[in-house]
Amino acid sequence: MEKEQHTHIVKYKTYVFVLIALLLMTFTSVAITSLNLGPYTVSAALVLAGIKSLLVLLIFMHLKFDKKFYAIMVASVFLLLGCVIFITFLDYLYR
Amino acid sequence: MTDTVIQNHEPNYLEYQGRYKGIFSWIFSTDHKRIGLLYLYSMLVLFSVAAILGLLMKIELIAPGKTIMDAQTYNSFFTLHGITMIFLIVVPGLPAVFGNFFLPLMIGAKDVAFPKLNLLSWWIYILGATIALSAQFFGDGPPDTGWTFYAPYSFRTGTNMLPAVTGAFILGFSSIATGLNFIVTIHRMRAPGMTWMKMPLFPWAIYGTSWIQVLATPIVGITLLMIVLERTLQIGFFDPALGGDPILYQHLFWIYSHPAVYIMILPAMGVISEIIPTFARKTIFGYKAIVVSTLAIAFVGYFVWGHHMFTSGMSGTALYTFSILTFLVAIPSAIKIFNWVATLHKASIDIQTPFLWALCFLFVFMIGGLSGMVLGALSANVHLHDTAFVVAHFHFIVFGGTGYAFFGALHYWYPKMFGRMYDKGWANIGLAVFFTGFNTLYLPMFYLGMIGMPRRYYDYVEEFHGPNIVSSFGAMLMISGLVIIITNLVRSARKGEIAEADPWKGKTLEWTIASPPPLENFAEIPVVTKQPYDYE
Repeated sequence: MEKEQHTHIVKYKTYVFVLIALLLMTFTSVAITSLNLGPYTVSAALVLAGIKSLLVLLIFMHLKFDKKFYAIMVASVFLLLGCVIFITFLDYLYR
Repeated sequence: MTDTVIQNHEPNYLEYQGRYKGIFSWIFSTDHKRIGLLYLYSMLVLFSVAAILGLLMKIELIAPGKTIMDAQTYNSFFTLHGITMIFLIVVPGLPAVFGNFFLPLMIGAKDVAFPKLNLLSWWIYILGATIALSAQFFGDGPPDTGWTFYAPYSFRTGTNMLPAVTGAFILGFSSIATGLNFIVTIHRMRAPGMTWMKMPLFPWAIYGTSWIQVLATPIVGITLLMIVLERTLQIGFFDPALGGDPILYQHLFWIYSHPAVYIMILPAMGVISEIIPTFARKTIFGYKAIVVSTLAIAFVGYFVWGHHMFTSGMSGTALYTFSILTFLVAIPSAIKIFNWVATLHKASIDIQTPFLWALCFLFVFMIGGLSGMVLGALSANVHLHDTAFVVAHFHFIVFGGTGYAFFGALHYWYPKMFGRMYDKGWANIGLAVFFTGFNTLYLPMFYLGMIGMPRRYYDYVEEFHGPNIVSSFGAMLMISGLVIIITNLVRSARKGEIAEADPWKGKTLEWTIASPPPLENFAEIPVVTKQPYDYE
């Protein structure tokens, strides 16, 4: 019953780069609040948070090296969340 | 559905004695069937309490002015009634009880994918319920916000809000864990040959529901946590005085709570899709259409939350977007109704109690659904918002939909669960009394709402008196029906006639094994070769 195992070992260097990228983006999302971007403030925060989540999912959670099916499932969830946020902003942007 | 079921001669799950004895063999059991029953018993107790609260509220409303309770008590009663019914019974109800018990049986599995997580879900449920209900008994008095905890009142009221909100927050984890368990179970543990399009419709409904549980519940969890932070640390999320936005609360709350309505109703539709072909002795009409409409309801149901907020002050663009989306979600619901009715066309119908519950479901759910269309229309909504009309619509959908399906499921699967049959005569009498009481209770509330009676008031003007008397009488009748139904079921669990393995001539896998099912369900995992409702 032994099944073939597909393992992928990510280099430590990659993890360190991702960690630095995440920290940089965290500082950027704090710094960006001091700029007056009007209605785009939330968009900027969400884009940065989205990129950070993507990095965690792809590298730390190994989505990049897993079956495509899981990537499709995760993408569907992101799409759903995107639709919910878009509809919410139909209220805030036009109020 | 299958040609190769080998009977399992293990002791049945009710008799099996494992590592623990007595009550511990139940509360520490990882068997999906015992966990299903743990949920059932917990919910029956909670349901009885919440139903009595509802009855007391209707007695209060039998005449204008104070009848049996003051305004504050009434406010607490409708809050406790709502929290208990929604968070502890209707949302977890069908998936936790019948999903747990029958999902593995119907897909040919020995248990769910994560049995220990399943038991943990029940424990979290009990913990959340205890904390939520403890709010009634200590501190600054029972919460009075209604089950929606609307801001800014929810953090300004002097009543005991934090335990209620914390309890609801904890209950969310139980819901997510159960949903995750079922998704993995359906993906990984279907019997050989059971392709997606050979899976029965109840597991399909559980699948759609589970996705909503996993994806929508965290939103209400975070929202409730934000209330706790706002009350304790004065962080301004929702309070305008602190720079917050009360409408944001409504958005966040309903982004979960409207999909939650589909957590309630999708499994109910799954139950009806099982009962109707069994008693019509006919393959279900439009299997694929029902599957697609299940997923469509689960998907579109995410985007209609704003119809709860038409009078809140949202932008015009948001208003008509939500109104259009609300009308769209009616289409897949209607597809299901038409398919069920088409299944009955030229069928050899065997009229038994579960089938009667399914017919009553169709009747009340249609009224609930069509009154929802009235509320989905912007102009009508302005007039009817926060009136008794909404309460009537809501109960026709939630009690008329999920409640009828729950009792239908209980009468349908009862012989399988307990190995005994209830008294069918008393079951039918109970249903007749309950159905009459239900309609007498809620139909007048549509009229009361249209003539302007607001909801959540313990008092009213004289012109609302007549319909309120009828409605209160209906509540008493309905509770009498419930007493007959529950007494019959409780009594029959020990004293009912021994049931056959397949008393209804069902075709899905749960009917191929003994009643009550053996501990591990199937001696050998069955091989599925046919469609789930193969009556040809």
